[in-house]
Parts: sequence; C-alpha cells; structure tokens
Amino acid sequence: MRKYNKLVFELSRPGRKAYKLPKLDVEEVKLGEIIPSEYLSDEELDLPEVSEVDIIRHYTNLANLNYGVDTGFYPLGSCTMKYNPKINEDMAGLDGFKNIHPLQPEETVQGALRLMYELDQALCEISGMDKMTLQPAAGAHGELTGLALIKAYHENRGDTKRTKIIVPDSAHGTNPASAKVAGFDIIEIKSTEEGLVDVESLKAALNDEVAGLMLTNPNTLGLFEREIVEIAELVHEAGGLLYYDGANANAILGKVRPGDMGFDVVHFNLHKTFSTPHGGGGPGSGPVGVKKILMDYLPTPTVEKDGDRYYLNYDIPHSVGRMKDFYGHFGILVRAYTYILTMGKDGLNRISDMAVLNANYLASKLKAHYNLAKDTIYKHEFVMAGLIKSDLSEVTTLDVAKRLLDYGYHPPTIYFPLIVHEALMTEPTESESKETLDEFADILIKIAEEAKNQPELLKEAPHNTPVKRLDETTAARKPVLKYEG
Amino acid sequence: MYTYIPNTPDDERQMLEAIGVSSIDELFKDIPENVKLNRELNLHPSMSELEVSRYLTKLAQKNKSINQMTCFLGAGAYDHYIPSIIGHITSKSEFYTSYTPYQPEVSQGTLRYIFEYQTLICNLTGMDVSNASLYDGGTAIAEAAFMAADITRRKQIIISKTVNPQYREILKTYAHLQNLEIVEVDEEGGVTNLEELREKLSDKTAAVIVQNPNFFGIIEDLKAIEEVTHSIKKTLLIASMNPISLGLLKKPSTLGVDIVVGEGQPLGVSLQFGGPYLGYIATKKEFMRKMPGRIVGETVDLDGNRGYVLTLQAREQHIRREKATSNICSNQGLNTLAAVVYLVSLGKKGLREVAIQSAQKAHYAFKQITKSGKYKPLFDKPFFMEFAVTSDLAPDKVSKALLDEDILGGYALEKDYPQYKNGILYAVTEKRTKEEIDKLSSVLEGII
Repeated sequence: MRKYNKLVFELSRPGRKAYKLPKLDVEEVKLGEIIPSEYLSDEELDLPEVSEVDIIRHYTNLANLNYGVDTGFYPLGSCTMKYNPKINEDMAGLDGFKNIHPLQPEETVQGALRLMYELDQALCEISGMDKMTLQPAAGAHGELTGLALIKAYHENRGDTKRTKIIVPDSAHGTNPASAKVAGFDIIEIKSTEEGLVDVESLKAALNDEVAGLMLTNPNTLGLFEREIVEIAELVHEAGGLLYYDGANANAILGKVRPGDMGFDVVHFNLHKTFSTPHGGGGPGSGPVGVKKILMDYLPTPTVEKDGDRYYLNYDIPHSVGRMKDFYGHFGILVRAYTYILTMGKDGLNRISDMAVLNANYLASKLKAHYNLAKDTIYKHEFVMAGLIKSDLSEVTTLDVAKRLLDYGYHPPTIYFPLIVHEALMTEPTESESKETLDEFADILIKIAEEAKNQPELLKEAPHNTPVKRLDETTAARKPVLKYEG
Repeated sequence: MYTYIPNTPDDERQMLEAIGVSSIDELFKDIPENVKLNRELNLHPSMSELEVSRYLTKLAQKNKSINQMTCFLGAGAYDHYIPSIIGHITSKSEFYTSYTPYQPEVSQGTLRYIFEYQTLICNLTGMDVSNASLYDGGTAIAEAAFMAADITRRKQIIISKTVNPQYREILKTYAHLQNLEIVEVDEEGGVTNLEELREKLSDKTAAVIVQNPNFFGIIEDLKAIEEVTHSIKKTLLIASMNPISLGLLKKPSTLGVDIVVGEGQPLGVSLQFGGPYLGYIATKKEFMRKMPGRIVGETVDLDGNRGYVLTLQAREQHIRREKATSNICSNQGLNTLAAVVYLVSLGKKGLREVAIQSAQKAHYAFKQITKSGKYKPLFDKPFFMEFAVTSDLAPDKVSKALLDEDILGGYALEKDYPQYKNGILYAVTEKRTKEEIDKLSSVLEGII
C-alpha cells in the first residue's frame, strides 16, 4: 500500500464541487434588502473545492491509516475496547430515532421517551441505584454531574464547609480534574503496597470538611477493593458521600452492584461497558445514577411515566439545573439499550465472567516475562510494571508498546496508573477468544526476547506503520494547529 | 453461547486450568459475600437480533419523524440537508471503532481529520486556533466562560437574555460550581439591550456572552456590543454563532470577538432527539494554552515525514489531574468527522448557498405568514433564518392544528420569555420548498 499523506485542502482545485442544491423556488430578494450590508461578509469563504470522488477517496485513505476494534485486538486498560455490535448502529439509524427533533411535542416522541425510561430502569437495576439522569455526555461529564449533586446535597443541608473530595492516587485523571472543576479541593490518598485504598490513610483524611470520596471499583489496577463495606461506612459516618466511577464496571455486571456496596452516586460509560463505539474519541455517554437521597437534586429534565404516557419532568425541587443541551446523547442511548436487550440478564453476567477470565488468563501467561504480582486475582484488567529484567533499563514500556504496533496490535494503556512504574495496563474484554490472547501473549513474550537480544529493534519501533515515531516535543513547543497552505 | 463472546466451554476449561483455579466463581472470590448480588438481575433474558430489532423498530415507529412531517422547528437544532456521503464516511469502522488517538502511529486517520476540522473552524470564524470539539453548543459556552474567568482572573460573567435559554441554564449550573457570578442583560425589541450592558459592565466582568444570530434569529449588532465590551480593559467577548450563518455574515474575528463558540449540529449531524451533536470553540492565539479539550498539532516523524499528534497536553487531565484547564477527556470524534465532510462537501460556494437559500426562504415564509395581519412580527429587526410572530392564538392550539396537517410548527417562546405569551419562533432551512411554506402559511391562516 502506498503511504497516504494528504490533507483535504491539498486536493482543492478552483471550480470543483461536491454538492448540488435544488434551485431557489421562492422569489429572490437582494440580500442587502433583508440583511443590512454592514453585517454581510464580502470575502469568499476559505473552504476547499473538491469533488465527491476526491472526498470519498481521501477519507477512505485516512480510514486505512487508523486502527479500530474491527481491525484487531485493542487491549487499552480502563477503556473497555469491546466489540461494537452492528445492530446497535442500525437501531440508532431507524428513522423514528435518528430524525426526530428534540423539541417536538411529547405525543410525537413517545417511543423515544419510553426507550429512555426503560434504559433508566435497566441501568438502575444493574447499578443498584434508584434513578438515573441520562444527560451527561461522557464519563468525565458524568463525574462533574455527580459531583454537582454531592455539592447540592451538602449545600441544601447547610453543610457548607464540605469543600474537599478524596481521591485515591490510583484514580483516573478525570477524577481530580472533575472535582476541581466542580469547585472542590482534592485530597489524594496513597494506596497500599498491594494497590488498594489504604484504610488508615482514608481515616486520617476524613473529617467534617470532606464532601465525598471518588472510587473506582475494581480499581485501575484491576483489583477489587475488598474493604469497600468498611470504606463506605467510614465515609458515611464522617458525613460524606461515595461516588462510583463506572469506568471499570465491565467486571461486575450481575455480580455486585455499586448501590449495594454503599455508593450514593454512580456513572456508567456507555461507550465502555455497554458497547457503544468510541468513535475516535467520542461521542460517548455517561449516565449518572443516584440513591433516593440525591433524587431531588438531579438535573432537569428526567424522563417519567404516568400510566401509558411518558413525559419530561422539569419539576425537580432542588435540581442542580441543566448539564447539557436537551436530554443527553440520545443516539448513544439507543445503541446501549439495544445491547442491554440483546445480552439480557444472563448475557450481562456472562460478559463479566469472560472479561475477568480473559484478563486472568492473559496475566497468567505473561507473569514470567513482565512484572506482575504472583498470586493475585484480577478483575477485568491487570497492570504490568514493564519488563522483568531490570538490566534492560534502556528498553522502556514505550518501546514495548511501539513494537507491538509492528506486530499489528494496539498496545495497552501505558504509563497509567501513575503509581505503577513503567505501567502497561491491559484490558482484553470479553470480546476476545483464547486464540487471540494466546497470539498476543506470544508476541509480548517475543518482544521480551527481542528486548534482550536486539534492543535497538524496540528503540526504533514502530518500523512498518504509516508514520514512524512522531516528534511530540516540537509539536508542543512550536504548535502548528491548522493548515496554512 | 453469545454472538459477541467467542470463548467456548472448552476454551473456558483450558483457561481456568492455566490460571490454576477450578471455576469462574473462584475469580470473583475477592468480592465480599455480603455485598454480592447472589441473584439474577431483574431484566429480560437475552434476545435474538430479530427480536431486538422487532421491538426497537416498534418503539421507533411510535415517534413521528421529520420525514413524516414538514419541519419548521429550530431553536437550537436544525433540519438542514445532510449529504449521503457523510453517513458513508462516518460509518467506516476504522473511524468509529477506534479510540482517542493516543498511539499516533496507528491513528493518523483520526488525527488528520481533526486537524482538518480545526483548520475549517479557524477559516470559517477567522480565529487563530480551534480545539478538536466539545460536547455541544451549551457546554461550549460554559467552557468558554471558565476559560475567560481563568484568563482575566475575574469572577463575573455577563450574558444576554437573547442567548438560547438552555445555554443560559447550563452556564448557571456550571457557574455555581466555581462561584462565578452570572449577570443577565435583558433584551429590548429582540436584541441585547446595549445601555443595560454598558451599565452592568465593570472591571469585575470576565466576559460578555452573546449569541449571533440570537435565539430569536435576529442578527445582533456585534460591532456595537464589541465596542461596549472592550471599553473595559481585559473583558472578553464570547459569541455563540450558528456555523451556517458564517456562510454569509462577517467573520467574528473581524468584529473583535475573543472566543467564538457554537453548536455544530447544523453541519451534517442528524437531529436524533437532541444528541450527540458537537460544540465548537475557537479563539485567539494568545489564549491557545487556556483552551479546554483535545488539540491536534502537526509535526514530523523520525524520517522527517509529516504527521499529526495530540498536543499541548500539559493542559489536560490525564497529565495535569486537578490542575487541568478542564476535565474533558473526549471530543465529539465521529461528529467532528461529519462536520468536516459537510464543510468540504459544500466547500467555498456551497456553504454560502445553503446560508443564502435558508435566509431567502425564511424571509419568504415571514412575508407569507405576516401578510394578512393575523400573525404579527414580534420584532422589527433583521434576521437570518428564524423569526418570531405572535397572534391571538395559543401556541398549543397552533401546534396541534399544524401537526394535524403533518407540519412540525415552531417553538413557543412563553416558557422562557413570559412577556411573549403567544410568540412562536419558526425556522426555515434550505430544505423547505415554496409549496411547503405556502402550506404552512395557509394552514396557519385557517386556524380559528
């Protein structure tokens, strides 16, 4: 294959076009008569001129430079890169879902409202919560929403000195960032040697200024927080609330519910656990579920049912307000609900069985070659602390990741969580077969051999990708953020 | 067996053996017994594709789509024509099944179209830099307000009441979190009251936020607003602009706007009941490092070949954690791609033609509807493709009469603007025909 290296602007030729509108069929008036000329631009638009064929070829070539779940194994930890079922796309594309205006009269969108209501109920059952808001646009947006609810809860009780959120040092970067955006100060607590919440550190951090604790369980090391019941009790006794980051929920479907563990507010990433596509970075969806004590603070509107009629409820007494336009990423909700219907209660449970089996199997195959705890049971993911032989210090996790690209695999998440040196965070998901895991493990073992015998092969990797390693330092120092021609 | 789960019972047995456990349950023994669910979820059992499809098709059919009605509804989401080519490109699975381009060597497709998107947004607005997109037009305003507060170290945001009411609500929700003070400036005759703006502005004001064309479809005097805003040192002007209107209106950069934001849905994204859409944000170079969200930059690889990477990541949560400029860690990926394909398909001439046809048809509709005097113009100001009229009729009654004729009528203003009790806001895009507009006005005329 030739290496495609064009931008669409470089295909532009004066006079080409890729559109044709119907002729204007109303009487045309001079533009200056309807819009004052001082408002009108007299410049030509600075947009390219290309034909439809140019466009299709260009973006087909760009697509070929990409790697997706449909291309191959994509074990990015905490991202849950599972298969995106095709029927989900078809259902979201149904005329009655795709082509409805958000402000249509309610009687013309009863099917859409019912779908949202049923999804709300299903997510409540899966999480053990009482009510959801489907508004949040993504996981981080769910976090912000959940934190806004926690804030409103304390404020409404007049408990205004609760300005701090506790976050473990193993948490996703969005946790502290969301807490900051929500106006909280962050207390970071250390993990134990094993990688779990250090209950003593937590105790020491708890006081009447703490609004809540944000926790991912299983955590980013793929470990279940075994002391979750005690943790929840401690936080509640101190007057705080518990936030569940659902990024890792793929491990626990039908096994254990955040609501039963003591969490007060939860977000799910529909683009992780519920198979909606990641889309090269979005759009995702991050519904938030709450226990009864937080229901009066939910953003408006929620979807409710009255007899056979579904409606949008704007009457929520202490609502935090509105987090986003309209009702959330409806198109993504359709995909997620399709998946929940397809998998059902038995299939959802099986997802977690297989996600956890796959992670433990892959970990067991790599133990001898990469730094991994010996007898730990993982949930959906595991974190390797680089290659075992420390005398190979010149070969880094980045080199291993780049070499994986040469073998046609997307690497695991690297250098996260921050508390693991040279981390390779690996989440196979239930979508992968034993053969895929065997092949991947063989390649990683082969790379470990190469690191010993031909380290330069790794240092210079990747060798056969569309581009080689890119100079990120210069990109940040002398930013070129648009095409200048 | 399940369609999306390949391991067989035999695979399972071999894998358990390799791990050294006897059952899958053993892999869950770290979950304390007293919190385990120990029952089935109270959900439907798994279903075949045919059953799922049948059920959801039935639900979809309970909705009345804009293909079954003629849409004159806008108010933030618009029924423009979406070229076929867009769906064909966004449904390429190398695009939609990929993740955020953390490994640039195998993500040049995504990185390149984001770079193209940033360029297109800059070229449209005239601004220096754009990010890779935000959630939507409403949250883009909130992000821009946070950005302005950060740049100016001030805590007050002034917003005109002619800005989309939902956007103002989102701004208030976000602002409360960071103790920003939101001050609203009233409208007068459908546009921002400049005198009131002048009075409320002070050296405490971080930014003034307006929308153009505003929520009523009216084109604001952005130049005058800019002069008032910048009469206070450091105060920034944020303008939310419908990108289609940039096909014929002056570029905001030439009017002194500091941060331009907006809802990108009109650029080839389906209405889909309100989302997902995309928000755009563009600003001056000096504020580049204060922008929220993903940004793509050009660089070279080891062989000196041109390539693209996520850049300026020192602003972002995965590096900076609580010191990040925003908590956002996604962009609207696939919708960004839709917007790119829309803009390059229409190109230099087409976007202008869409803007002009929408304006022409909206003005024709306005003339037809207000001809007899039954519906009076609510405002007497120049508008783009949306306009408000009022009458003696209750909006509910009008809406119902139109629906009976398979017409999706306009947006009732009363909920957000009680002073405009019977006011209705109609949107007309290039998709509407003379026949459809004539039908709308004749049905309206016949309502008693």
